[in-house]
This record gives sequence, structure tokens and C-alpha cells, in this order.
Amino acid sequence: MTHIALPEPDHATIARRSDIVAGLSAAIGADRVISDEDGRRAYETDALTAYRRMPLAVVLPRSTEEVASVLRYCNREGIKVIPRGAGTSLAGGALPAEDAVVVCVTKLNRVIDIDYENRTARVETGITNLAISAAVSERGYFYAPDPSSQLACTLAGNIAMNSGGAHCLKYGVTTNNVLGVRMVLMDGEIVEIGGPHLDAPGYDLLALIVGSEGQFGIVTEATVRILRSAEGARPMLMGFPSAESAGAAVSAIIGAGIIPVAIEYMDKPAIHVCESFSKAGYPMDVEALLIIEVEGSEIEIADLLERIVAITKPFNPQSVKISQSAAESARIWRGRKSAFGALGRISEYYCMDGTIPLGRLPEVLGRISEICALQQLRVANIFHAGDGNLHPLILYDANDPDQSSKAEIAGAEILKLCVEVGGCLTGEHGVGIEKRDLMRVQFSDKDLALQMSIKTMFDPQWLLNPAKVFPLDGRPPIAAAAA
Amino acid sequence: MKTLLRPAADWELANIISDAAARRLPLELIGAGTKRAMGRPVQSAAEITLKGMLGIMLYEPNELVMSARAGCTVAEVEQQLASRGQMLPFEPVDLGPLLGLDAGQGTIGAVFATNLSGARRVYSGAARDHLLGVKAVTGHGEMVRSGGRVMKNVTGYDVARGMTGSWGTLAALTEVTFKVVPRPEATATIAIFGLPDEIAIEVLCKAMSTPYEITGAAHIQQGPASRLWSSAIRRGGKAATVMRLEAPSKSIAYRAEKLRQLFKAYGELHVIDTQPSLEFWQEMRMMTVMQGSTHPLWRISTSPKLGPAVVAAIARYTPVEAVYDWSGGLVWVEVPMSADAGATDIRRVIALHGGHATLVRADAAVRNSVDCFHPLDPGVERLTRRLKSTFDPAGILNPGRMYATM
Ligand SMILES: Cc1cc2nc3c(=O)[nH]c(=O)nc-3n(C[C@H](O)[C@H](O)[C@@H](O)COP(=O)(O)OP(=O)(O)OC[C@H]3O[C@@H](n4cnc5c(N)ncnc54)[C@H](O)[C@@H]3O)c2cc1C
Ligand SMILES: Cc1cc2nc3c(=O)[nH]c(=O)nc-3n(C[C@H](O)[C@H](O)[C@H](O)COP(=O)(O)OP(=O)(O)OC[C@H]3O[C@@H](n4cnc5c(N)ncnc54)[C@H](O)[C@@H]3O)c2cc1C
Repeated sequence: MTHIALPEPDHATIARRSDIVAGLSAAIGADRVISDEDGRRAYETDALTAYRRMPLAVVLPRSTEEVASVLRYCNREGIKVIPRGAGTSLAGGALPAEDAVVVCVTKLNRVIDIDYENRTARVETGITNLAISAAVSERGYFYAPDPSSQLACTLAGNIAMNSGGAHCLKYGVTTNNVLGVRMVLMDGEIVEIGGPHLDAPGYDLLALIVGSEGQFGIVTEATVRILRSAEGARPMLMGFPSAESAGAAVSAIIGAGIIPVAIEYMDKPAIHVCESFSKAGYPMDVEALLIIEVEGSEIEIADLLERIVAITKPFNPQSVKISQSAAESARIWRGRKSAFGALGRISEYYCMDGTIPLGRLPEVLGRISEICALQQLRVANIFHAGDGNLHPLILYDANDPDQSSKAEIAGAEILKLCVEVGGCLTGEHGVGIEKRDLMRVQFSDKDLALQMSIKTMFDPQWLLNPAKVFPLDGRPPIAAAAA
Repeated sequence: MKTLLRPAADWELANIISDAAARRLPLELIGAGTKRAMGRPVQSAAEITLKGMLGIMLYEPNELVMSARAGCTVAEVEQQLASRGQMLPFEPVDLGPLLGLDAGQGTIGAVFATNLSGARRVYSGAARDHLLGVKAVTGHGEMVRSGGRVMKNVTGYDVARGMTGSWGTLAALTEVTFKVVPRPEATATIAIFGLPDEIAIEVLCKAMSTPYEITGAAHIQQGPASRLWSSAIRRGGKAATVMRLEAPSKSIAYRAEKLRQLFKAYGELHVIDTQPSLEFWQEMRMMTVMQGSTHPLWRISTSPKLGPAVVAAIARYTPVEAVYDWSGGLVWVEVPMSADAGATDIRRVIALHGGHATLVRADAAVRNSVDCFHPLDPGVERLTRRLKSTFDPAGILNPGRMYATM
């Protein structure tokens, strides 16, 4: 996988590396700067591991002020900066460049304040997603967005990518759960956007910042909503003979006015891999599996599950299994959440992330099979069915250059298909480098020009994560110079 | 007489705006004009009404999504949704009646342009949280789109959401696509009467911290409560503290009982059934208790538990009447007429407690002389100016509507 062009680094900057390391050390202290090769190697890629670039240096600031010092220095010296959290981006969002400094926020990981009455928490953004929930779970609260990578990924990365998860159908994605941020602009200015109140005054700058893929500034603190957990939750497994019947069942449930907290879909290849890895108790003889979870008290859960069973009857589920215990529920979710890991054990895979209108599911799955068959590759599909977010996982042999380039070709075709049926290139993983060159499939040049002008407004010299999101050609002159 | 333009197609609007941009002619964008009596009056060469942009372009009840052109009335949108047992998730406030106009006439474009959300916001999020995509014409006169029709979309920046709450000063929205939700099967309201503000907000914050999914949490002080139409809540002119449950009927009974147990120490809990409950929350949507007066009305956003402290602090300077929504996070405050509509005092209080205050009702002279929208911190103001000039470099869209010099 090396189809994606990365800009030629600026050799003059690379030649200044030891000065830059000295400059960074002077700015925030040598103990915050990683400059040796082994140390830097840990940061040379993210979860899109086919692409690797060794950065000039990595800095690990411990306060907003230190971030500001680093950015002020880099801005003055015209050095590019790659913000980084845990490096789990699947889109190459955190991929370094040889002429750039990585600013990694994982040492900024404190919980600053928990306000249960207002149901908010103030945290530093290097905290992991799961650690936020862990900090408030004692009192029965949680932080809602739950990417499968939640054990590792940081809130900083979640904010930059506007990450989602299986339970976003009910609780929304990152943008719906963040109330305010502290952000350092490239010139070192610290701005405070939003706060503990429900809506911020003036323009919705927060809406622009969430999902800006590290291109506007470095977010160091955030106020997030914390929610009281439901009294209980229970998943149910439903197996169907076809994608059509499973898709129709999902439509019928939602059409009947029930919004479960999660509806996850797996096709047969995905079921088999997950089941053999985690023994979750998934049915093996079905074409499509739905994991449907509802919440509430015992009576409410029983009532909702009963209704769902009745609503889906006409679609002839081959198997219906309601979880009978907390242990079984945990197993069911572990199976789903470890899907990527399980697949990773049998093969390299390329994880796609398009969104489609639910009604087009059977057609889209059919065409995905054709696209992959044409490249002689296998594919497994995992789908956040309630909100249309599809993850085709294209299996390939990484040691075979031909196969990996075919995987990239198939992936691009699949994403074009998502756009063609009324969906989009990415539902939660972000554009990064991966979908950068496909942006014109979804947007007109005018749409892209507007987005790029917003980038310029936040970062006039295009020093922050510049090689990402927008095709390298057609950029404003300043950006072209920076890239 | 000013020119009033009524484009029907996006390209017509784009032509008008690009022409005005070239000639630097300021334009006022108008939906139905129900909120023209709010915010700073705009000095413009021409007015553009978006009421000609008609049509519901897409409605997929099974996918919980609708696209409507900007000029559709909220009433029309809600009617369509109701025919399939659905509704807008954020219960937009209908301020038409408050400003002396008919109900339901506001346009759907303006709902997102102003990011209006009502009581349900505390549970399910604001208008901006449910926006999926827009088509718009920027101040350059360029037709752009952002977002789409699917629920999850992180492709490129969230420019669509970034245009919400900009009051027509960044772009004219021509079509909005948004998420809708099923109507709840049943509703009930739990009410406690006669609580002082602090205790009421304590109850509401506690209620919001239960797993019982309270979808409305309001406290109406005695004065305004005595003006309610709803006889179920207008109990002998006592302050009313209300919590709304929306769920299947079985759950309602269960949750109401749980809440009764939890709050019995605070006084008698009254359970108000579906029909009177619906009527009461409809009244909240229109802020009827603040109607009929011409006194200045403020909308204050603060952290919920600080709501009563903010009101008490304002009351040290001037008599106030307050209605709390969002479990205290949104406070509607009416103060007596004065040269600055109480702006100086209210903003001083806000500076101490955090949050922001918007002047919603005052006569035009006052709205011209005080900042209706809360003044911004310097860092945010710089970004705001830069965003305005990115979208509208000639400064022709609703100049001065939000901030006098923008
Ligand atoms: C300070 C203030 C606070 C308010 N707070 C709330 C609140 O919390 N909850 C609530 O429900 N209501 C609130 N309102 C009222 C709300 O603005 C109206 O109820 C709204 O829905 C009116 O619809 P309309 O079509 O009559 O809008 P109009 O009065 O015609 O327009 C309202 C604003 O939106 C702009 N606008 C209209 N259509 C478009 C479009 N298509 N594209 C771009 N811009 C457009 C206009 O230029 C104008 O600035 C508030 C109003 C003010 C002034
Ligand atoms: C196994 C696996 C499962 C996954 N499951 C999901 C899932 O279910 N849902 C989902 O949405 N994603 C998922 N992801 C993708 C990934 O975990 C998310 O995109 C996550 O938010 C990235 O967080 P991170 O801390 O690893 O960020 P990084 O990968 O370090 O960075 C991601 C982006 O954020 C920017 N960034 C980082 N820190 C900052 C900062 N402080 N300020 C500004 N920008 C910053 C970076 O420049 C980069 O563009 C998964 C990934 C893996 C490997």
C-alpha cells in the first residue's frame, strides 16, 4: 500500500534538525523532547501502518503553556507540526512527515474537574476515551462516544476525528458530547471555546474544531458531557438468511419508533472470524447477524425486546437469542469490539469506513462483493446499521505488493460507491491521507475551497498537519508552498 | 421602500448575492421575519426573503432523516413528521407569539440559522446537534454544500454545523437536512409546587442525574406561573417545578414512581397525564408566560446549578421574573424597562458566574444601542471576525445583526 503521494519534505529543514531539537529543548526542556532514532521510531506511523515517516523530533508537553511554547517556536521557524494522541488513526491522520515535529499530548492526561450536578467533566485531552468513563463510573456515569479503540485512543484524537462508536445511535458522536475546548493556535495563542454551559455564544466554532483533523490547533483541554448510565442494558442476537432481510428488519424497528441504543450488523465472514476468536455465541449458519441492544429497567428491557421480536417476525430471523446474563452480554460485545483484532490475526486487512443510506444496504453489499471479487480479494463487512456506517474489511496479503495495491483500488471503488448511493467517504475514521485524494468525489472545488479557506483562517501558514484532508493539487498558494 | 427579493432557486439567490458583493450592497436575509424583532436591526439596501425556497425534498421515516428547503415553515415540517409518528428532536421554541406574531410561521432554515432549541435540548441536544447537511450560498455568492443525508459523516470539516447559530451573517441556507425522531408513545409531567429557586434547581439537576431520561426540566417562578394557561400546572399561583417523561406507557408509570420515591422529601409530587402535559410543554415552546409584555426579555445560558445564583444576583439590582429551563442552564429573565434594558447589570453578573446573555426582546432603540448578543472574549472575537470575513469578505450579509461592527 503506497499509492498515496506524500509531499517531498523540505530538505533545508531536515538539515537544521539538530538546531530544531535544541530550539525545542530550550522552549520546554530537553526531558520533553525525543530526538533519538529509536525513540522517534515509535511515532513514525499510526494505525494505517503501511505508511511510515520518521519525524524530526517528538515532543511530549505537560501543560497547555508548553504546547503554546512549542507552537510559537515552530511557527516562528516555519516548521510543520503533527498533533498526535495515541496514534490509532486508521486514516493516516497522525502520520508524521520528515520535516515535521510531532506534538504528542498523551502526557496531558489529567482529570481536572468532575461536576456531577452539571453532568460535565473537564479533562486534559491526552486522557484515553475509556479513562473518562472510568473516572466517573463509580457514581454511575459514563462518557458516551465509545470507539472500539477506546482503551487506547485519546479524547484529543476523538475530537480531531469526531469519532463515533457502536452506541452513538442513541447518544451521538463526539461533536454532540463536547461542550468546550481549550486550544492552542499555531502562533501560540491560547483560546477558550465554549464551556460548561449547554451552548456557546456567537458562532459555533466548536462545530468546526471537532473533526478538523489536527489542522486548526492543538486541543489541550475539553469539557465533556457525562451521562448517567441506564439502569441496565441487554443485547440480543438475531440471525437472518440475507442482507435484505436483516436490513429490512432494521428499517422496521426504527420505523416502528424504537431506537435501540445500538444495532450492529455483521456478515457471514465477519461472524465466523469473530466467533472463532472470542466464542461470543454468534450463530454460524446465518448470512447476517444483528446485535441489538436496548436499555432501561428490567421491565422496560423485556418490553422492548419483546416488541422488537414481534416487529422483526415478518423478516424470518433464523435465530433469536436474548442475552441471559451480564457475562453473556459482555461476551457478545467483546466479540464485536474485538472484530478488528480478530481479523487482524488471520490476515492483513484494509478497513473502510463509508456511510450509506440504510435502504441501499443489500445493493451496496452486493456491489462490494463484486468489487472485491474483481480484485480477487475477500471482504468481511461490519456495519453500524442504525446509522448507516459501513466497515468493509478487505483482506489481503501485505507481503504481496500486488495484493496490497489491489486492496487500495478496491477500497477506493467502495468509497466511491458509498458516495454514489447518497452516502459519504468516511463516517468516523476521518480523511487523513487515506481519503484525501477522493475528496473530489464528494465535494465540488467550491466546497473544498471554502473548507480550505477555513483552514487558512485558523492556520494561515498551513503548518498544522498540512499533507492531510485536501488533495495536494488545487490548494491555495500558501498551502502548496507548505506542503 | 426597500427592495424585497424573493428568489425561488438557489442560483437566483447566488446571483443576487454575488452581484451585491461586487457592489458592496448590504442585504438583510429574512425567513418569515418572526425574529426580526430580535437582535440588532440590520441597515440594508435590500431584503431577501427565503420564503420562496419551498419543498420537502426527502423524507425517509425509516432512516430518521428529512431534507427541506429553507423556506418551509416549521408548521409544515412538523405536520409531515407527525403524519409518520415522528417529530423534530429539539423542540424548537416558537417565539412568533412572544413577538406579537402567529405561531408556527418560522421557517426551518431560520431554526438552524438561529440554532433554536426548546426544552428537549437538555436531553437530546440542540438544533445544531441534529443537523446533517446544508446547501447554502456564501457571502461570495458561491453555492456550496456540506455534510449530507447520512447520520454519520466526518468527511471534511463540519461546515454545515459551523453555520448554525450564525443568524444569516455567514451564508444563506437554502436547504437543510436533519435527523428526526419518533414521537414518544406517552408523556407525563411530574410537578412539585411552591419550591424556591435553589431547591427547585437542586431537584431538577438530581432528576437529570437519574437513569429515567427526563426530557424536560423546568422551573417557573410564581409570577410567571400565575400566567400559565395550563390549569394543570397553574396551581393557585405557586411556583412550578416540572419534569417531563416521554416513553412507552409502561415505563412512564415505573419512572414516575421512582421519581416520587426519590423526591418525596421535597413535597407532594403531582403526575400530569399525556394530554395536559402536551398542552403545557406546547406553552413552554411559545414562552406564553412572557407574552403580552413589552419589558426587556433576556435569555441566559449558564451552567445549570448556577441558574438561581445568577437570578438572585440580578435581583439585587432590579426586579426580575424568571423561568428556568434545561434544569437551570437556560434562564429567561424579564426586567423592567430602562435605558439599557438591564444590560450592564446582567452582563456584570454573568461575568462573575460564567455563561452568556442575549437580549431577546426590547424596543428597536435599545436594541440599537446595547449589544443584543453577548460580547465575546478577545480570542474568540478574533476568530469570529476571521470566520465572518472568510464567508462574507464584503460584509454584506446581515451586517450588524449579531455584532455592531461585523
Ligand atoms: C437573541 C435571540 C435569541 C433567541 N433564542 C431562541 C431560542 O432559544 N429558542 C428559540 O426557539 N428561538 C429563539 N429565538 C427566536 C428564533 O430566532 C425564531 O423563533 C426563528 O425560528 C424565526 O424563524 P423566522 O423564519 O421567522 O426567522 P427570521 O426572523 O426571518 O430570521 C431569523 C434569523 O435567521 C436568519 N435567517 C433566516 N433564514 C435564513 C436562512 N435560510 N439562511 C440563513 N439565515 C437565515 C435571518 O437573517 C435572521 O438573522 C431567539 C431570537 C433572538 C433574537
Ligand atoms: C482497532 C481500532 C478500532 C477503531 N475503532 C474505531 C471506532 O469504533 N470508531 C471510531 O470513530 N474510530 C475508531 N478507530 C479509529 C481511531 O481510534 C480514532 O480515530 C481515534 O479518535 C484516534 O485517536 P488517537 O488518540 O489514536 O489519535 P491519533 O491517531 O494520534 O490522531 C488522530 C488525529 O487527531 C489529531 N490530533 C491528535 N491529538 C490532537 C490534539 N491534541 N489536537 C488536535 N488534533 C489532534 C491528529 O493530528 C490526527 O489527525 C479505531 C482504530 C483502531 C486501530
